[in-house]
Amino acid sequence: MAIANDATPRILTQRSLRSLGATRVGESLIYVALAGCALFTVLITLSIIGLLIGQTLQFFSMPETDVWEFVTGTKWNPLLGETKHFGIWPLICGTMWVTVIAMAIALPLGLVSAIYLAEYAPAWLRNILKPSLELLAGIPTVVYGFFALVVITPFLRDGLGIQLDYYNALSAGIAVGILCLPTIASLSEDALRAVPGRLREAAYGLGGTKFDVSMKVVVPAALSGIISAFLLAVARAIGETMIVALAAGNMARLTADPRQQIQTMTGHMTQMATGDISNFGVEYFSIYSVALVLFLITFLLSILGNIIRMRFQEAYD
Amino acid sequence: MSAQFTSETIRHPESKEQKSLQPFITLSDFNAWYGDFQALHNLNLEIPGQRVTAFIGPSGCGKSTLLKWINRMNDVVPTARASGGLRLPDVDILSRSTDVVSLRRRIGIVFQKPNPFPKSIYDNVAFGPRLHFAGMNKNDLDELVEWALKKAALWNEVKDRLNQSALGLSGGQQQRLCIARAIAVGPEILLMDEPCSALDPASTARVEDLIAELRGQYTIVIVTHNMHQAARCSDRTAFFFEGKIIEEGSTEQLFIRPAKQQTEDYVSGKFG
Amino acid sequence: MPALSTDFLTNPPGPDPIDAGIGPALQGSVWVCAVCALVCLPLGIGTAIFLQEFQPRNIWLRRLSALLQLNINNLAGVPSIVYGILGLTAFSMMFGLFGSEADPLAETGATYRRQFITEEGSEIVFVPVASRDEVLELTQGMDAIDGNGNPIKLNIIGPDDDFPDDDETLARSILSDAEGGILKDYRWYYFRLPFGKGVFAASLTLMLVILPVIIISTQEALRAVPPSLKRAAEGLGCTPWQVVRHVSLPAAIPGIMTGAILAMSRAIGEAAPILMIGVAVYIARGPAHLMDKFSILPIQIYYWAQQPIDSDASLNFQHIAAGGIIVLLIILFAFNSIAVLIRQLAQKRLT
Repeated sequence: MAIANDATPRILTQRSLRSLGATRVGESLIYVALAGCALFTVLITLSIIGLLIGQTLQFFSMPETDVWEFVTGTKWNPLLGETKHFGIWPLICGTMWVTVIAMAIALPLGLVSAIYLAEYAPAWLRNILKPSLELLAGIPTVVYGFFALVVITPFLRDGLGIQLDYYNALSAGIAVGILCLPTIASLSEDALRAVPGRLREAAYGLGGTKFDVSMKVVVPAALSGIISAFLLAVARAIGETMIVALAAGNMARLTADPRQQIQTMTGHMTQMATGDISNFGVEYFSIYSVALVLFLITFLLSILGNIIRMRFQEAYD
Repeated sequence: MSAQFTSETIRHPESKEQKSLQPFITLSDFNAWYGDFQALHNLNLEIPGQRVTAFIGPSGCGKSTLLKWINRMNDVVPTARASGGLRLPDVDILSRSTDVVSLRRRIGIVFQKPNPFPKSIYDNVAFGPRLHFAGMNKNDLDELVEWALKKAALWNEVKDRLNQSALGLSGGQQQRLCIARAIAVGPEILLMDEPCSALDPASTARVEDLIAELRGQYTIVIVTHNMHQAARCSDRTAFFFEGKIIEEGSTEQLFIRPAKQQTEDYVSGKFG
Repeated sequence: MPALSTDFLTNPPGPDPIDAGIGPALQGSVWVCAVCALVCLPLGIGTAIFLQEFQPRNIWLRRLSALLQLNINNLAGVPSIVYGILGLTAFSMMFGLFGSEADPLAETGATYRRQFITEEGSEIVFVPVASRDEVLELTQGMDAIDGNGNPIKLNIIGPDDDFPDDDETLARSILSDAEGGILKDYRWYYFRLPFGKGVFAASLTLMLVILPVIIISTQEALRAVPPSLKRAAEGLGCTPWQVVRHVSLPAAIPGIMTGAILAMSRAIGEAAPILMIGVAVYIARGPAHLMDKFSILPIQIYYWAQQPIDSDASLNFQHIAAGGIIVLLIILFAFNSIAVLIRQLAQKRLT
C-alpha cells in the first residue's frame, strides 16, 4: 500500500488546539441555561399550587364563604338567590356524571380496539388505524362539544326517544367518551405490545387459542399499563372543558338523572370567566377554590397513572 | 522456558526487540466495577508504545471494559467505577482532574459496529478536526481529510464521492472511514473494540492490513474474539479470563508456547 | 354553501350570520400560535435536551432528574383550564402588581393625543400629549392636527374674547377652558405590564399547555438517535454539548419538528385556557400588536354554537359555527399531513 503524499499535514504537526478553557466556559453556560429551562417546569407546578392555595385562602376569608359548607354543602349558587351558597358537591356530581358516562363508553370500546390492534389486526390495517386514532385525538374539543349539541342530543331525543333537556349530562358524557377513546386505545395498545413475545409463545405452546392467549395471558400481563391508561383518561375527562361548557349546561345540582342539565367544575369556571362578574367579588374567587379541587383530583390521578406506567415500563425493559 | 509470576499473571520474558519498548499505558492494581459487580481484578500491565497489543478472552472476561476505561468511555455508565493506577507517561487517566475531552483527543476509539455519522464522507473525517483545531483553512482541512483517508486505505475508493453520504459505503468501507475519522484528530493511541466482528472476511482482511500499516505510528490496543486475528496483527497479547489477566507477553510466545493450561485451551479453541 | 366563501374567511363576526366571518379570529389564531411556538420551542427543546442528554451520574441528582420527569408527565395531565387560571392571574393581571390593563404601571410604544371639537361645526382637532395625565396648557397659535391629518395652528378663544367671523378661523378655534377627550395610539411594538387580555398573555398561557407535549415528543425524538453515534462523537473528544449540537440534534430534528407541528395543531384548537383569559368576540380586525385584543377560531366557534336558533332563518349561527369547524379541521389536517410528510422524508433520508 504505497502512499504518495504521506507527509503529516501541517495542522497535525502544529497542533494549534482550540482553547479548552473557552469551550468549558461556554459549555457551563449552556448547561446552566438548559437546567434553567428544566427548572421552569418545576416553577409552573409550584406556581399553580401556590396560586390556587393562596387565592382559595382568600376565598375562604370572605364573609359569604365557609370551609365546612364548601366541603360538605349540597348547594352551589354563586350568582342567584337571596343568599349565596358555595357547596362543592353539586359540581362534583356533575363532573362525576360526565366522567362515568364517558368511561362507560371509552373503556370497553378503547380496550377492545387496543386488543384488536395489538393482537389481531394485520400490520397494514394497524398502520392505517393507529394514525387515525391519533388524528381523532387531535380534533379540538370545541368540535366535539358542537357535535354533542347538534348531533348527539337530537339523536338521543328524536332518534331514540329519550326525554332529555337541551343541555344534559348524557350527550356531554358521550362526547367526552369519544374524546377519551383514542387515549385509552392508544396507551393500552402500547401496553399490550410491550408484553414480551415469549409470554405469548409460552401460552400458545400450552395449546391456548388466540382468544385464550389474549385474554388470559396478554391482558393480565399488561394490566398495570391498561390501568394507567384508564387513570390518565379519567383525569382527562374530569378536566375536559369545552364539551361540557357547550353541551352540559350551567345548572349546578345534585341529581341522579343524567338526562338533566348539570354543571361541572370546569363548566363553572368558564361560566364565571366569561360572564360579566366583577373581578374581585366572591364569585370570582370561587373559581380558584373549584380549580384547586379539580387540580388536586387530576394531579393525583396523573401521578398515580404515571407512576404505574413507569413501573410497568421498567418491568419489561 | 521459565515463566515468571507477578500476582497471578504470567509474564513472558521479553525478547530483545521488545525489551527496548517504552511502556506507554501502565496499569497497576487496576480494579473496575459495574455497581457491585467487580468486572476487573488487580490488573498489572504495561502496554508498549507504537505497537499493537491484543486483548483476547471469552465474552464477559472484561477486555472491553478495560478498553473503555482507557479513554474513559465508561464515564457515561452511571454505575461504573474504578480504582488503582491507569496512566499514560504524563497523565493519570483516572484522576478527577484529568480532562476527558483532551484525553480523548489523544486516545481515539473504533467501535465494534461501524458508526459513521449520517453526513458526507468528507464531513465524517473533518468532524474531529473542525472541533479541535484552531486557525484551519479550507486547504488545511482538505489536506488533512485526504491524508487521513489515505492512511485508512480508503482514499482511492472514495476520492470521487467525498460529498456523498457515508451511509452509502459498504460495512468494511464504513469501518475504515471510522478509523480515518479517528486518526484525523492526530491521536497517539487507537483503541479498537472488535473492529472486524461485523465485517465479512474480505473487509476484515483489509482492516487487518490497515492495522499492520498503522503499526509503528500509533499505539494500538485491539480487543478481539478472533484468535487468528490477534495472532496476525498484534505484537503483544494479553489473555483475559473472568476479569483477570491470566497471561500476557509477546504474541508469538503466547500463542506458540502458552505457559498456562487455560491459555492453551483458549487459544487452541477448546472454550470461549 | 354560503358559509365557506372567501368573505367568510375575511369578514369580521357580526350580529347577522349572513355576512359574519372568521377574519379576525383566524388572524388571532395565527398570532397566538406563532408567538406561542416562538416561546415554547426553545424552552421545551432545552428542557428535553437537559433531561435526555445531560443525565447526571450522581445517584441523588439522578433521582432529582427522575422527579423532574415525573413532574413533566404530570403537567401533561393537568387540565388546560387550570393553565388558563394561571395565565389569567400570572400573565394577564400579573397578580395586580403592575396596575390594571386600563392604567398600566409600565408601557412603551403608545402615544396620546387630546381631541377637541372646534367652534365651527363638528370639526375635530388633535393635540399630541406626552402622557395620559399631562395637563395641557392651551396657548394661542399652538400646533395641532386637523381631522384630515394636516398640521394647523390653534386659535384659542378666551372667556372675554369675541368669536372670530370667518369659518376658516372658526374651524381651528377652541375655547380656552375646553377639555379634550384622551385618545391612545398604539405602535406595532406597543408593550405594557401587565399584559392584559392580549395576544401575548394568551400565547404564554397556551405555551404552558403545550410545553409538556413538546418536551415529551422532543425527548422521544432524542431517544431514537442511535447511541452508537453519540459514543462515536464522545470518542472523538466531543464535550457533552458538542455531542448534542453536532450529532443528537441534527439526527433528531425531523422527529422534533414532527412533534412540534403536532403540538401546534393542538395549540390551534385549544380554547379553554384562552377562554379564561378572556377574548373580544365581536372584534372588527385582527391583532396589530402583542398587547392587542384578539379572538381565536375555536372560541369564535364556541360563541356561535351557543347562539339561539331562529328556526325561520335560512342561515343560523350554528351553521356558520359548522363552517368555522370545517376551516379549523382543514388547518389541522394540513398540519398533520406536513408532520407525516416530514417523518417519511426523514425515514427515506436515513436509509
